Amino acid sequence: MATTPNKPAAAGKPATGKQKQQGFVYLPLIAGWLIPGAGHFIVRKPIRGTLIAVSIISMFALGLAMQGKLYTGAQDILEMLGVAGDLGNGLLYFLGRAAGWGGQPVQTTVADYGTKFIVVAGLLNIIAAVDAHNLRTGRKS
Amino acid sequence: MHPSHFFAVVLFALFASTVFGITMRDTPPKMFRYGAYCFVLFVGSVIVFSWVMFLIAR
Repeated sequence: MATTPNKPAAAGKPATGKQKQQGFVYLPLIAGWLIPGAGHFIVRKPIRGTLIAVSIISMFALGLAMQGKLYTGAQDILEMLGVAGDLGNGLLYFLGRAAGWGGQPVQTTVADYGTKFIVVAGLLNIIAAVDAHNLRTGRKS
Repeated sequence: MHPSHFFAVVLFALFASTVFGITMRDTPPKMFRYGAYCFVLFVGSVIVFSWVMFLIAR
């Protein structure tokens, strides 16, 4: 078949990559952090966004259902890391803090798993938000 | 909610593998393959290490 006259592939990033960089390029990153999957919806990847939202919100909800703890204070280095991981959940974390969700002291093994579910959901959300940013800048197709 | 430890692992592996697959690969077939690969590694390593710990404890 006939090829198009412009050669975007040979020049590295396609011409649309330049167009994509117009506007506020950090919007998918920030939106994806605040609301899981929102970054991918902004870059018009709704299926990816839905799968990410379902995965992260489910992990967060399951963590709470298992009586997992939401880290609140930074008393020592492990607590600080826990807060950093939990903060990755964006608005879910702030909502949980405001509503007083989560078990306070971890008393069972399953509750400890729940705490890890919440932290890992936050870390995965950060990865997803960075991925949305990469899609926005054209670094990833 | 008090799932069994294994069921908790399966849920964890399912959701983590989904996000890994989407974020680490470019095309849907590769995403699916990498997600399945991560899921098998998660669950498989849990089974292997569980048996190792069981045998050590005996």
